[in-house]
Amino acid sequence: MELETVEEKCSGCTTCRLACAIENFREVKPSLAVLRIEGRFPAPGDYRIHVCDQCGACADVCPVAAIQKSESGVFLIDEDECTGCMVCVTECPYGVIVDRGNTLAPIKCTLCGACAAACPRDAILLK
Amino acid sequence: MIHGYAGTILRVHLSDGRIDKEPLSEQLAETYIGGRGFVARMLFDEIEPDIDPCGEKNIFIAATGPLTGHFLPASGKTHFGSKSPATGGYADSNMGGHFGPALKYAGYDALVLTGKAKEFSYLFIEDDTVEIRPAEKYRTKGALTAERMLKDDLGDDFQVLTIGPAGENGVRFACISHDFGRQAGRTGIGLVLGAKNIKAIAVRGSGGLSVFDLDGAYAKGKDAFAKVRAKPGFKGWTPEGTAGLTNWANEVGVFPTRNFQTSYAEHYEQINGKAILDRLKITDKGCSCCPTPCGKYGFAKTPLGQAHVEGPEFETIALFGGNCVLETIEEVAYANYVCDELGLDTISAGVTAAWVIECFEKRILTESQIGRAVSFGDLESIVFLLEKMAFREGVGDLLAEGVKAASETIGKGSEHFAIQVKGLEWTGYECRNAPSMMLAYLTSDIGAHHGRAWVLGHDLAGSWSSVHDLIVAGGAKEKPPKGLVTEKSADYVIHSQHERPIFDVLGTCRLQLMELGFEGEHYAELYSLITGKKKTWAELLSVSEKIWHLTRVFNAREIKDFGRSSDYPPRRLCEDPITTGPNEGYLIPMEDIEFLLDAYYLARGWDKNGIPTEATLVEKGLQDVVESMKPLGLLS
Repeated sequence: MELETVEEKCSGCTTCRLACAIENFREVKPSLAVLRIEGRFPAPGDYRIHVCDQCGACADVCPVAAIQKSESGVFLIDEDECTGCMVCVTECPYGVIVDRGNTLAPIKCTLCGACAAACPRDAILLK
Repeated sequence: MIHGYAGTILRVHLSDGRIDKEPLSEQLAETYIGGRGFVARMLFDEIEPDIDPCGEKNIFIAATGPLTGHFLPASGKTHFGSKSPATGGYADSNMGGHFGPALKYAGYDALVLTGKAKEFSYLFIEDDTVEIRPAEKYRTKGALTAERMLKDDLGDDFQVLTIGPAGENGVRFACISHDFGRQAGRTGIGLVLGAKNIKAIAVRGSGGLSVFDLDGAYAKGKDAFAKVRAKPGFKGWTPEGTAGLTNWANEVGVFPTRNFQTSYAEHYEQINGKAILDRLKITDKGCSCCPTPCGKYGFAKTPLGQAHVEGPEFETIALFGGNCVLETIEEVAYANYVCDELGLDTISAGVTAAWVIECFEKRILTESQIGRAVSFGDLESIVFLLEKMAFREGVGDLLAEGVKAASETIGKGSEHFAIQVKGLEWTGYECRNAPSMMLAYLTSDIGAHHGRAWVLGHDLAGSWSSVHDLIVAGGAKEKPPKGLVTEKSADYVIHSQHERPIFDVLGTCRLQLMELGFEGEHYAELYSLITGKKKTWAELLSVSEKIWHLTRVFNAREIKDFGRSSDYPPRRLCEDPITTGPNEGYLIPMEDIEFLLDAYYLARGWDKNGIPTEATLVEKGLQDVVESMKPLGLLS
């Protein structure tokens, strides 16, 4: 399974970000969302969807190997192992690992699919 | 804790830089709910009578609603309010985008600006940090340009609203711009910011919102998105957005054309929604949580210039494509861009430009007075006039006062075709064959605007059909009978005047209900789940009704000699029959206008002069308003 994006369908509504925060953290707080929508205005005048594609760059840079690939192919943060150095936040090529602020470990996409289910434009798909 | 709300009202006293954060009053939230409700009550309570709208004593309010920023369809609205520089009365105007949600996530339900900044400034809000910052580098910059500059300076995830040169230069129909194409366009709200020396407001919020029943609200939000997506209009209306009305408006003959001389533009297929999709569009552009994005962002190239621009949406198509007779969608879009960058409301600017051109045609204004020859259909003429307006240069100094004041200054019969009510220029629906819609325009609390009631379906199709269904049904199969004016118009208008503005109260967009037929009861359920306060849709509408009486009283207090004559149409619309098109010859004469107003005032519980009676105000829960108005001797 992975998230697939269809950027020409995105209209920048960011419903995905609210769904992500509510589904994973039970908060109406889009600053927690682990995906980003980038509006490029006034030119070229379009949207880019930045989601975790489970590339594993975070696991590669984690100094304590707290990020491991699960059997389903999803990279997950082991909160017991994480030291809170936030290197993964800095190094994520898509900028979608988030320092939650009130927890030691940052947060990343678990491929729950809430964003895809919520997108009213079918611009994010869980495949 | 008040669930659903951020819980705080932010007050910035610009004159001395004081910043107050006051808890949101539970009573205010309960009785006026939010958005327009907050605006109406705070303006009535906090503005001294008779102040100058452009003076330090006016206040500027940006208010969200309880549903703003929550997980439900189109929860991105922000409502602005003030005493209007355009009408001298009640002003509000709203916009979509992402500003309102960001303001709430930063911790504020509403922002109130008082006084005037000593230096040209912008307001910076990032959660608890609120600062009045110098804005000299953004001075004179276009509204779109300034937004880009601020995002580059602060971060792309700041939500920014700006004014353009028009707001800086005292134009009475200056607008607020946000998200590269969303505007709070009406009532000169952009001038209120400019008069306070504020170029922009930038906000970033990292906080969250409490919800009474999170699981229930999340499930209902999902259900609401699914139900909107299941409406036929989701696929039928969304692709063209509001521009999809253009064909219908011409088929039924309600499209203001050539300064409202007629209601049909022969070239409408060159400026319709299909033309946008074929020739301009790059992407759909939606507001926060909107499943049906009406924004069509694109690129327009004309001999005069080229630009990236959002839109044009229907109103701009009507006022520039019809009223100023620009003949291609590219030209309409370019005029749209010029207005957006200058910070001019496209509606008021389109009406005012058309008025000047007709003055020139009738030799009321000369080439030397205007600065050049101007003509309908000529993009160069239009852009020339827009730039003059925004900088108040030459004839622009007159035009910047709005079409009512300009026509009163010029005289020579030009008042006859200055298309406005209460000093606010008329929007994109011609009504000489539509008595209910005519009444809606006349009695709108901010002046001639369609946002308060839209009842063309009743006039032309005899139903409460959604806009999508009206478009699908196509042009009128039979003309409405001439001269059929009944009391029923008052009932339709009153219902719509409660239903449409309740969305401005809740902080969501009305288009899902109006254009697609998504039922209002869903919003009542969402309101109850999010806030924990039980209210039915009918109870929400009763709040909207109370606000309607309050804004009427505000106008009576603020506008000299306010009353029945304030609701009269421009003479063209009750004396000159439509000249061409499906409704050629149609007219609603003044005696019928008087009949409609009588019916409306009676149904409202207002006196013959259109002022709410003491008994009506008490019945609607506005006893305290009666007490404050009694000394002024304005109530019967």
